[in-house]
Formats: sequence, C-alpha cells, structure tokens
Amino acid sequence: MRRFTEGVSIVLGGSAGQGIQTVEGMLVSVLKREGYRVFACKEYMSRIRGGSNSTEIRIGNDAPSAYVKRIDFLFALDGDILKHLESRLDDDTIVLGERERVCHDAKRCPVIDVPFGRFATELGNPIYTSTVAVGIVLGLLGIGKEVLGEYIREHFSRKGEDIVAKNIEAAGKGYDFGKHMAYDEGVEVSFGRDESVKEALLLSGDQALGLGALAAGCDYISSYPMSPGTGLLAFLAQYGKDFGVVVDQAEDEIAAINHALGAWYAGARAIVTTSGGGFDLMTEAVSLAGMIETPIVVHIGQRPGPSTGLPTRTEQADLNLALYAGHGEFPRAIFAPGTGQEAFMLMQQAFDIADRYQVPVFILSDQYFLDSLTSLSENSLEIRPVERHIVETEPEYKRYALTESGISPRGIPGYGTGLVGVDSDEHDETAHITEDAAVRVTMHEKRLRKIIGLRTDAIKPSVFGDISRAETVVVSWGSNRGVLEESLRILGHEDVAGLHFSQVYPLAKQGLKLLSGKHVIVLENNAGGQFAQVLKSEYGLSAVDTILQYDGSPFAIEDVVTNIKDMLI
Amino acid sequence: MIDTHRYDMPNGTDIAWCPACGNYPILTIVKQAFAELGISPDRAVMCSGIGQAAKMPQYLRINYFNGLHGRALPPAVAIKVANPELTVIAESGDGDTYGEGGNHFLHTIRRNPDITNIVHDNMIYGLTKGQASPTSSKGMKNPIQPNGVVVEPFNPIALAIANGATFVARANAGDIKESKEIVKSAILHKGYALVDILQPCVIFNKINTYQWFKEHTYYLDENYRSHDRMEALRIAFDLDRLALGIIYQQAGAPTYETLVREGNDPLHTRHFEVEKLRKLITSFR
Ligand SMILES: Cc1ncc(C[n+]2csc(CCOP(=O)(O)OP(=O)(O)O)c2C)c(N)n1
Ligand SMILES: [Mg+2]
Repeated sequence: MRRFTEGVSIVLGGSAGQGIQTVEGMLVSVLKREGYRVFACKEYMSRIRGGSNSTEIRIGNDAPSAYVKRIDFLFALDGDILKHLESRLDDDTIVLGERERVCHDAKRCPVIDVPFGRFATELGNPIYTSTVAVGIVLGLLGIGKEVLGEYIREHFSRKGEDIVAKNIEAAGKGYDFGKHMAYDEGVEVSFGRDESVKEALLLSGDQALGLGALAAGCDYISSYPMSPGTGLLAFLAQYGKDFGVVVDQAEDEIAAINHALGAWYAGARAIVTTSGGGFDLMTEAVSLAGMIETPIVVHIGQRPGPSTGLPTRTEQADLNLALYAGHGEFPRAIFAPGTGQEAFMLMQQAFDIADRYQVPVFILSDQYFLDSLTSLSENSLEIRPVERHIVETEPEYKRYALTESGISPRGIPGYGTGLVGVDSDEHDETAHITEDAAVRVTMHEKRLRKIIGLRTDAIKPSVFGDISRAETVVVSWGSNRGVLEESLRILGHEDVAGLHFSQVYPLAKQGLKLLSGKHVIVLENNAGGQFAQVLKSEYGLSAVDTILQYDGSPFAIEDVVTNIKDMLI
Repeated sequence: MIDTHRYDMPNGTDIAWCPACGNYPILTIVKQAFAELGISPDRAVMCSGIGQAAKMPQYLRINYFNGLHGRALPPAVAIKVANPELTVIAESGDGDTYGEGGNHFLHTIRRNPDITNIVHDNMIYGLTKGQASPTSSKGMKNPIQPNGVVVEPFNPIALAIANGATFVARANAGDIKESKEIVKSAILHKGYALVDILQPCVIFNKINTYQWFKEHTYYLDENYRSHDRMEALRIAFDLDRLALGIIYQQAGAPTYETLVREGNDPLHTRHFEVEKLRKLITSFR
C-alpha cells in the first residue's frame, strides 16, 4: 500500500519531440482547476529531437514551489530516461511505461506496463498518446476526469467535433486504466484542495515577466535570440501587439541594446532580453547608458558559463557580470525575482527605477525560474500606474543640469521647444564635449550621486521564520526563494530563519540589521559565492558561509535541508 | 545666400577639426540642406558614432544622440520608430559606418527606415591618427601597414545597392552646391538613404586630396536612369572614375517604422488600457 497525503512528485521523461510539454501543460491546468496546488519545472538538453528531457510536476498541501530530487511516479517514454534519471530513482519510485519501449531486458524490467501508444493506435492515430497519458496520470491520482473533458473541449474545439470526441475517448481510456492500476498497485492519493486555487493563475517565470513588462508600459523590445532569454521576446511578440509594443529582432545584441537606448532617448520604454553571452556583447552600451544617463532595462536569463556553457541549464553566475558590466564608474540597480509575483512587480519597479534615475537596471533570472510553472492568485499582481519621468523642454533646456540628487530632468526630442543632446564623451550640462577637469569631476560626481537615492529606494528583503530569535540566517536571492522557504519549513528549526533578496544591488539597509550578529549562510547556484561577496561589500559582514551548486541543475529541497543541517552542528 | 543661422552654434565654439578639414564643407552642406528644406532644429535628431566625422552634431544646433563607435545607425532606427514625426539623420565616418558598424549597415539597409545616413568618407581613421579604414585604397601606407594596405577596399555604394538600399548617392565635400542638392534629395526620400561623401583628410590621407577627388569624379548627367538597378551596379563598380549624384533610387518601398507599428504618434504619448491587461492576465487561469 502506498499512500500519499502530503504531496507527490510526478516526473515525465523521454526524448525531445515526444510531447512531454503537451502532457505537462494539460496536466498542470487540470490539476489547478481542480484546486490542487501545483509546481512544475523542467530540465532538457540543447537539441530539438532525441536526448533525454524531463518535467517534474509536484502537487502538495503546502504550496510546492521548488524542485525535489525524489520521484514518486516516473512516466518513462523511452528507455534512456531511466539511465538519465538513475540517481533520482529508488525502491519507492513507481516507474510506468510501455515495457517493450523502455526495457531491453524484459525479464528484469522494473516498469509497470502502461500501453499509452496502443490505446492511441486503437483510436486511429498516435497523436492521441499525450491525451491518453494525461488520462492515465489523472486516473492514477483519482482526480479530474470531468475537468479534463472540459479542458479538451476548450482547447480542441477549433479542430472539430471529431477530434474533441476522440480526445475525450483517449482521456477516458487512459483514466480508467490509471484507476485500475492504482487499485492493483495499492496506490492511494488524498491531499488538500484549495478552492481559491481554482481561480488562480498558472504562470511560468517567462509569462510573469512578460505580463510585468506590459504592466510597466513597456512599448519596445529589441533583442537577439539566446536561451533562456528568448521566452520574454516571444511573449511580447505574441501578446504585445494589443498593447502597442514594437518588437524588433535585431541583427545582434549590440544593435539590440543600441536600439533600446535610442528608443528610450526618444521617449519609449524599452527592454532587451538575452543571456550571459549575449549580454557580454551589450556591455559597452551599458557603459554608454551610464554616461548619457538614458534609462535601459536589461533582462538576463542566466545559464551556466563560461562561454556557450550548458545552453539549456541553470545557474546564477552572472551577478558579477551585471554588477560590473561596462567600463568606468556609474550607478545601477539589479533585481532578481524568486516568484511570479516578484517577477510581475519587479518588472514594473525596474522600468520605474530606470526611468526615474536614468540608470541601467537589470533583471536577473535563470533557466530554472523562467521555465517553472506555479499557481498564484490574481490579486497578488498589482498594476501600478505608469509614471513617465520626462519633461517638456524649453529653449534654455540643459539635458545634464546639475541637481542635488544627481538626476537631471529628462527631456526628449520633439517634446517642447528645447534641444536634447546626449553624448558618450564627457560633457557639460548642455551635453557638449569637454576636457575641463573641473567639469569632469562635477559631472562624474553628479552621476555617481544617484546611488544614494537608489539605495534608499531599494527593496527590503523578505523574512522567513522568526529572524530575531534565530542564530542562523540562510540567505537566498532570485530563483532560490522557493527552495529556501520550503526547506526551512521542512527543517522546522526555530534557530534558523531565512532572508530572501529580490533586489541584489544596491542592498536595502534593513537587511544589515537583520543579519548582523547572525551566522549567515548564502545559498546560490554558482561556485564563487557571488552574492556572499555582495553582502560583504554592501553590509561589511566579515564571515559568510555558503551553500553552492554549479552542476547546471537547480537546488533540490532534500540537498538544501541536509546542507543546512550539516552547517548547524 | 542661404541663411543657416538657426543651426549655428554660438561664436567661439571650440571645434576639434583641423584647419581645412573636409568636415567643414560637409557641415555647411548639411546646414544649407536643412535650411532649404525648412527643418526645425527641435524636430530633427542627428545620431553619430565616434570619430572626427561623428563630432558633427556638436557643431550645429540640433537634437543629438552621440553614442558609441560604430553604433550611429541602431539608435537612429529606434528613434524613427519611437517618433516617426522626427527627421532622423545618422552621420558618421567611413570607419564607424563600414568597419565597426558594418553589421548595422547591412541590416539597417534591409529594414529601410526613413532615415538619412551621411557618411564622411575620408578613406582613413582620422581621430585615431591615420590607420587604414575599410575604404582606404590598396597600397596606402599607414602606421599599421607601413608597406601599404594589402586588401581591396570596401565598396559601400555597390554593397548598398546589392543589399536593397532604396536611395544610394555619392557626393564630394569639395562641391557644396551640388552636394547640398544630393543631401536634400536624400532627406526627402521616404526610406533609408545613403550619402557617401568623399571627404579629404588633409593631415593623414595624402592620396585622396581635394585635387584627387576632383580628378577622379564626374557627375551623372540628366539622362542617367537612377531607377535601373543593374545600371546603378555597373556605375558602382567603376572605381577608376567615381560617379557623383544619385546612383540608385527606388520609390514606394515600405519603411520600417510603418511595418512595426501603427500610426505616427510618438510612443511616449500612448497609454495602454489597464482593463485589457487585466483580461490578458485572467486568460492565464
Ligand atoms: C569600441 C571602440 N573601438 C575603437 C575606438 C577608437 N576609435 C575612435 S574613432 C575611430 C576610427 C574613426 O574613423 P572614422 O569613423 O573613419 O572617423 P574619422 O575620424 O576618420 O572621421 C576609432 C578606431 C573607439 N572609440 N571605440
Ligand atoms: Mg574616416
């Protein structure tokens, strides 16, 4: 007898092109509509067909929000996936698949035979395999037959009644099979539902950022494709038209960011999206933005480097890159979302801060975050009014007028009667080139002063647990929010609290109070402890421990729990 | 006499060009073309890269985006898209446009935005003190190739025509009157317009002097059919005698800004409907 009352981890694995994405999409939607809290994440190879890819779907009572290594059910679509996931399988894992496909040696086959393909063929077309598979999973869990029917009607009605009917039949066959199998294997699943989840949104990191960009009044994106940064470009290409967003696929990343700067200069609100390698090419223009004080928002979807690295995997090793990109000295701000809600909010914040302070602003995400799906409540997505920080110019207008805050009112060409010049050479208040040392010092200090306001406006970190009592504080940034929150819940240790930073530079001063005198452990996906260094330099902390991982996969909850325990002794 | 005073900088403005530099007549050409077309300085933007030529927007009254070496074209394209009501000029040197910015040159031509690209072609890197540029003639001695440039020069005119540019012209900085007419036509052209202006560099380029340009150029006559692409290419490949005037012109091609956006309103005047966004968000249930 296998009973699942807290949660379950289901993994679908096979080769690229076998329809895992379709199964995942249907399953997750149906589960959410039934009121189950779900989380899904994926890992895949850098190829279009073949290889071994897998998607993990977690259902749980306590809002699952991170990757676990444990696999309760593995749906294996081919044999290679067993080898690929070997280290994650144990005696408790129930492996399901078509025996003749999965096992070369039928005698020693640990796989429960599930004939997805045969059912589909009986229905006249292998394309129903995905629907059969969804039916089987739901049958096994004893969940959602009706809702699956609804979902099929909604999504397939365009293709005609026959297709709808066939898919419903496929789903039914799968469901009944799954139900019997659960009985035969003694599987029983029962966990909590939440009515509010039925109405919740189901968003990937990409989608949350894309919606956030629309909410921010983004009206221009120029980019060059590079995984995993491309999703945001594709999102705005798909949905941006109704919002008047200009979408431009540039000839290279250098063009992309120079387009974006031109667009901002002329009054638009522009973004570029890329990954570390593409961003390398943009760095000269980041420095340009610092000098001409034209706002810019840059999204970097991180993946493991150096160089081409692991194109489809995850890492958080481009924090230093964003922090130091561009020659010379100039202020900037860096955000890193850890939830869909943070992504939506930070996009708006990024545009506002870039516009208000006329500095480059970065959003650092990663493959794991961008590809993960979670449910979140619609009310948690606040749409703030778009404030355009531009002024109508007059004949005497000076683009770089000296001010106490360092922020010169930003005019744009064609709005007002003044002239708006920007210059990459050192310049005076009127944007004219100068080599006067005194003017240089004045202008440099004016630009650098903006960091004071940026620091005051920095977003406070989020606290998990009772931080005032805790001796140890585990720190996360960006995509590790979920894994930290869940790990601490599992650990249930009063002496350990968590602190999550969604703004990683400059740091809000409140964080220092929360961390001083504590045993600080930083959790990050890189080898150098890059955020640990930022904590030291920003807060002056002397000793910071780290839990680091840089194998291209996200942290698993099990590993984080063990690691934290080991560090408590 | 054309009155260009509305574009003039105040007396005493320090100009970083050498005496007798070919950039001075180009400045005059541009100001006169603006004046005759009645372009208001506050409705026009000049984008430039880095180099002696690229300092141009510093020396006249206009909105300007003086960005990075090689990157005059990308901001120019985006400015036109963000506000199609502006007259947008990208103005830079031969090294800037054809060397460092070569990829933008290729792909901006393909987009055909309604901008004018004026290239000060002195066949040398002036600002960095006389190295070869993409258009330097083969054999030209310079500090980096003391025995002379070893490769054939870049042919911007032929490349632009072959790549689908809708307006391609060559002018001579030494002839203000004719060059001004060419620049005017380029600005009036709806679409990407290239004007490669032959420009003497009196300090570093001892080959391509005012005199040399006079001797090696001729004007296309009235009978020349600038709409004939093959004929234009033939003219473009003639490097012994460099043709001056509008070498190729094609009217009616759609411009980039009309392809990627609707209307002519500056983007900053737009507001999205919050209700529409709410609806889109709800669709992700
Ligand atoms: C990225 C970068 N590389 C190199 C330079 C140095 N640099 C400045 S101008 C220039 C060449 C300019 O040649 P051209 O565009 O023909 O202009 P000219 O000075 O001849 O008018 C170079 C190499 C730079 N400023 N930026
Ligand atoms: Mg030159």
